[in-house]
Amino acid sequence: MTEISLPRIAVADAGPKAAPSAPFIEIESLSLFYGASKALKNISVTLGEKVVTAFIGPSGCGKSTLLRCLNRMNDLIDSVRIDGAVKIGGHDIYGPDVDVIELRKRVGMVFQKSNPFPKSIYENVAYGLRLHGVKNKSELAAAVEKSLQQSALWDEVKDRLHSSALGLSGGQQQRLCIARAIAIRPEIILMDEPASALDPLATARIEELILELKKDFTIVIVTHNMQQAARISDFTAFFYIGELIEFDHTAKIFTNPAKKQTEDYVTGRFG
Amino acid sequence: MNKIQGRHFRAEKFDFWSFFFSGLTGLATLLILGILATILINIIANGCQGFSWHFVSTIPKKDFFDIKTTGVLPMIVGTTFRVLVMTIFVIPVGVITAIYLTEYAPSNSFITRIIRAAVNNLAGVPSIVFGLFGLGFFINFIGKNLDVLLHNSSAVWGQPALIWASLTLAVMTVPVVIVATEESLKAIPPGLREASLALGATKLETILKIVLPQALPGIMTGGILAVSRAAGEVAPILFTGVAYYMASLPTHLSDQFMDLGYHVFVLSTQSPNIEQTRPILYATVLVLLVLTFALNIVAIIIRSNIRRKMRSLH
Ligand SMILES: Nc1ncnc2c1ncn2[C@@H]1O[C@H](COP(=O)(O)OP(=O)(O)OP(=O)(O)O)[C@@H](O)[C@H]1O
Ligand SMILES: [Mg+2]
Repeated sequence: MTEISLPRIAVADAGPKAAPSAPFIEIESLSLFYGASKALKNISVTLGEKVVTAFIGPSGCGKSTLLRCLNRMNDLIDSVRIDGAVKIGGHDIYGPDVDVIELRKRVGMVFQKSNPFPKSIYENVAYGLRLHGVKNKSELAAAVEKSLQQSALWDEVKDRLHSSALGLSGGQQQRLCIARAIAIRPEIILMDEPASALDPLATARIEELILELKKDFTIVIVTHNMQQAARISDFTAFFYIGELIEFDHTAKIFTNPAKKQTEDYVTGRFG
Repeated sequence: MNKIQGRHFRAEKFDFWSFFFSGLTGLATLLILGILATILINIIANGCQGFSWHFVSTIPKKDFFDIKTTGVLPMIVGTTFRVLVMTIFVIPVGVITAIYLTEYAPSNSFITRIIRAAVNNLAGVPSIVFGLFGLGFFINFIGKNLDVLLHNSSAVWGQPALIWASLTLAVMTVPVVIVATEESLKAIPPGLREASLALGATKLETILKIVLPQALPGIMTGGILAVSRAAGEVAPILFTGVAYYMASLPTHLSDQFMDLGYHVFVLSTQSPNIEQTRPILYATVLVLLVLTFALNIVAIIIRSNIRRKMRSLH
């Protein structure tokens, strides 16, 4: 409720550096405007392949906005304007020849509020596959099973694949959304507070799942839960009011951050 | 302390105004119910006299004022068909317009506001004006030109016909469908659209596979309202398709037709003997009510089936 004033820190080295070994997602001087208000300020960071990167920071600092830049979901908002570049695998995803449909096939997304379609469990997972032209029944069935198994949901739903997805519990619904996202074999999965609406047990399952998925996918996750970021991520980016304050190995961010703002935030002194 | 006691005291006191207003709302409700009951009882009691299987299954002779020989089969057929043909046109046009307004049109742009205002105004136009519009636009403009194009020697389309009456009714009821569809589209959680788009669906795929199936019950509601409104309307079909008398049932979209509502009007204004005609009149009104009711029931059953299917499975 009350505004917390931060001690202004003189920033000597102009900001976060890239750490991961294999650069995969390169964000270059990215600024984003909602109409006249600047929500992202000149962000540059490079994220690695097949690692988990966590975005942390106080509410409203632009974590979701940045995440949605990576699969161009912000295109849906008329007032959004973007400066700078985002490259995935070396290709500028905002380039003129980019097929957004193709991009979103490669960059999947899991939302804060689980949003299964009001269809059967099976059809939820098969939806993306059907969109992208898979028609063969046995191929579909195999892909659906694999995705449900990978999202640790198969055993719970294998006997009711054709009943409504809306009958699942919140945690199951969220794992279904993960299954739906990985069914089309994206390279990157973006997760915006995927466990914030779940109880500790369901959250733990999602976390286990993320650690498992990291073998096959590059994961970027937004979280407000410091312990969660510490447990599951390899790298952590700390944002504050539209700026990237610090980006480093998660262990470093949580034990020995370079910036005072980061330290204040991760130790819970504000935010 | 004082305040709490004061409040206690107030609550126990007889509150005249709250009693008065609750009584007033109750009375108003009773009044409406009373009027409705009077109308229904009057129609049912009097209508039953003239009502028979013969009555609903007979094509009458030109002199249809004799209760023993007359019937309303052509009127039942005419009214049913004009409503069905209207539905076939009004649902797609209304739904597509609503999709444009909610999914595509930039919200609150000048053009969107114009369309919304036009839709609202359309709903407020008196129905006789639609009748004149239908005559001028559908028959004299479209129909006549169609005849010229098709080289018809005599007027086929350039005259009152089932199709023109139905289209006129469709124009009249399209706002109802648009508004109902828009409401149901807006009620769909934005998260569902986002989920679909994030999986790489195009906007069109999202609308067809996620949005429309969800909106179906709402669209059906719009259809039901349109049917209810159209079934009893006489003014819009007056110049556009209804016939005073036809010896046979309509078989083509270019045929004229007889109509229950219009027949009620004919019976009550053209009869040589009002006493003798009264039972026919009541029975016809009863048939019109039952038919409207039946059309509604069918639509409501279909809708509840869709709802049930949506809830259980897909
Ligand atoms: N559609 C929008 N239109 C205008 N401004 C927006 C829109 N979405 C977000 N913003 C603004 O952009 C800033 C960043 O929002 P964003 O949702 O990215 O924050 P966040 O870090 O994800 O916050 P939270 O932790 O609460 O989810 C906020 O000031 C927000 O008010
Ligand atoms: Mg957010």
